[in-house]
Amino acid sequence: MTEKTFMAGFGGQGIISLGQLWVYCGMKEGLEVTFFPFYGAEKRGGIARASVIVSTEEIASPLVTAPDSAVVMNMDSLPLCEAILKEGGTLLVNSSLVKVDTKRTDARVIKVPCNEIAERLGDVKFANMVMMGALSKATGAVKLDKLEAVLKTFFSESKHKFIPMNMRAIEEGAKAVS
Amino acid sequence: MELIYGHPKSLKPIQTKYCPGCGHGVIHRLITEVIDELGMQQKSVILNPVGCSIWASIYFDFDSVQVPHGRTPAGATGVKRMLPDHLVICYQGDGDLAAIGTAEAVHAANRGEKFTTIFVNNAIYGMTGGQMAPTTLVGQKATTAPYGRDPVEAGMGYPIRVLEMFATLEGTRYLARGAVNNAANTRKTKQYIKKAFEAQLRGEGSTMVEILSQCPTNWAMDPVESVEWVESDMIPFYKLGEIKDELQGSAVKEAAK
Amino acid sequence: MADEKRLMKGNEAMGEAAVRAGCDAYFGYPITPQNELTAYMAKHMLDHKRVFIQAESEVSAINMVYGAAATGARSMTSSSSPGISLKQEGISYACGADVPIVVINVARSGPGLGGISPAQGDYFQSTRGGGHGDYFHIVLAPKSVQEAADLTFEAFDLADEWRMPAMVLADGMIGQMMEGVVLPQPKDPATRVAKPWASGNRPAGRPVNHVDSTHLVPEEFEQANIARYKRYDEMKKTLVRYEEQHVEDADLILAAYGTSARVCLGAMQMARKLGLKVGLFRPITLWPFPEKRLGELAGKRFLTVEMSMGQMVEDVRLHTRGKSEVSFYGRCGGMIPTEEDVLAEIRRILKK
Repeated sequence: MTEKTFMAGFGGQGIISLGQLWVYCGMKEGLEVTFFPFYGAEKRGGIARASVIVSTEEIASPLVTAPDSAVVMNMDSLPLCEAILKEGGTLLVNSSLVKVDTKRTDARVIKVPCNEIAERLGDVKFANMVMMGALSKATGAVKLDKLEAVLKTFFSESKHKFIPMNMRAIEEGAKAVS
Repeated sequence: MELIYGHPKSLKPIQTKYCPGCGHGVIHRLITEVIDELGMQQKSVILNPVGCSIWASIYFDFDSVQVPHGRTPAGATGVKRMLPDHLVICYQGDGDLAAIGTAEAVHAANRGEKFTTIFVNNAIYGMTGGQMAPTTLVGQKATTAPYGRDPVEAGMGYPIRVLEMFATLEGTRYLARGAVNNAANTRKTKQYIKKAFEAQLRGEGSTMVEILSQCPTNWAMDPVESVEWVESDMIPFYKLGEIKDELQGSAVKEAAK
Repeated sequence: MADEKRLMKGNEAMGEAAVRAGCDAYFGYPITPQNELTAYMAKHMLDHKRVFIQAESEVSAINMVYGAAATGARSMTSSSSPGISLKQEGISYACGADVPIVVINVARSGPGLGGISPAQGDYFQSTRGGGHGDYFHIVLAPKSVQEAADLTFEAFDLADEWRMPAMVLADGMIGQMMEGVVLPQPKDPATRVAKPWASGNRPAGRPVNHVDSTHLVPEEFEQANIARYKRYDEMKKTLVRYEEQHVEDADLILAAYGTSARVCLGAMQMARKLGLKVGLFRPITLWPFPEKRLGELAGKRFLTVEMSMGQMVEDVRLHTRGKSEVSFYGRCGGMIPTEEDVLAEIRRILKK
């Protein structure tokens, strides 16, 4: 099993944390993992992208050029993700911000209103976690069953109080995938 | 029988390659006398620079590290940080310290690196054959200032008073300027060196002794003229004495007075 | 007991490996894309009560490294391409004075200021003696975060053993990406090789030690260089390392190192699925280069893939001695070749 995922959004949406947590959990589940970030030169508000691979085999190129799945967190990222998604790949779209339909008719399209769900849970900042729950459910590549332990090491002690909220965001994201 | 004067143990008994009248030999002797007095021969390391004193390692009977031109304070930083209980001497000429290696010298001093710089200022490049140095006096001739150093028309800049510049840095604790053009100045210079070395061994911070030195060959003078020129031309511009003394030892003495 | 697998950035993994190898002193200057390494060393060297200095320049940093190493300490620096250019003077001196140091280059695109994206344009500089004079030094090229940590750890031993700089030539991809890594166990300082040549702590009766690259007598200097080159010959026999896959039955061997080799691995797997007999040859030591093994493979077709306009390809041509047809595919300026690009090139060459 090899799942190559391309994640794209704008800076501040938590794309980098999403990618890191995805591979961290994958590693804890015994997979080979690679995470390669790409951001604009701006410190805030620029583009944020990540090449993310989890696999049961040795990973070849860390660069994801024909992803099995793509995460589209904002409108600007749609054209790029549509262009590179593998034939028959999975396109996970944050439908809170992406209001148009993809032209890709071959793709399995999953719309998740990440921002709305996150806001309902209490904070739009959890939109990325909602998407991770959806990604896990849709691909099955990373089960996220070790997420709680991972979050404890990923976050500093002062942020541990947000862990339950993160876990609920994951659950809600998974539920959004039918 | 007590030996009251002899050849320093830390200085090898070999004839130097330095020109007649050159100050390096005297300065080497002063350094080694002090090292012997402090009993530091086995625990001294000298960083010898690119220039005539590249040969310093032949004469000194203690360990040495040779670095690229101007990088002497960077090398000395590495050595002293690894050997904090050693006496580390950063031996530099005027080109090494005040031209190519200004950044290294300033920042090592600013970090308060606990080695001692012996800065030999003879107002000329010696080894490469008499080019203008950052400390060459206005009007002084050099192969690259054939009509004399001209700061205005030719834009050759002004001679740099290194110690006065370094005195503004908080990391410097002791800055003194001596000369080796006569016996009195030489004795005084030795006291400065000893004070700096002792301060280093107490771990007090950046210490530097600038020594005005003769280069009769490149000044196109005989040795006697050259020591006179130090007196008549260099010392009026580069004032001798302790430019900065913030050593704890000195403060204690001051209080006892 | 082995450590647990950790998720780490390449830059941080190299830093931790250096700490565990017993690095006594680190000297660096900020430059992207290796800044996490300098920051990691700042925290962890200070926590371990070891020496860390943010120098005023790369030039100064490399000479601090040289000074510390001249006393026998384990000393290192890291930088990226333009900064490594500035360090070349110091590397030449370290080679001339036989001083072991460790240098990490998290390479970016050049020439000039270039960009901050990954590149492999520093191959010539690294393997040909990037400064002045007759010399070489060890160059190790990791392909993953795990190997970046392992080779950094080992670089300290190799530098000490062979008395010369050991360079880890990574790139922005290796430095910036995160992968799982199992870090080596900390080195027992008692296992280090003795350094009787080092300056300082002179016991009574030992002649003076001069750590020095000065040789003003041509006859003597020539002999010193000849002796150093004998050591290089010995290294070519014992130190060479490479990885190969499916080269025996290959109609085409992909030759690549570091990140490019990862891309080639993927391209090879895709080609094999199509029934194309493609192999992979990956030098791990770029110096000494696996020239003997390439000589044995001479006659096979090669495709060298690099993130440059073609540098290692010259070594592949040289050591296959005109007996192989050697093609080149490269991307540069911070572009990374894709597995699909390389597969297309394979199919073009094999006409399949």
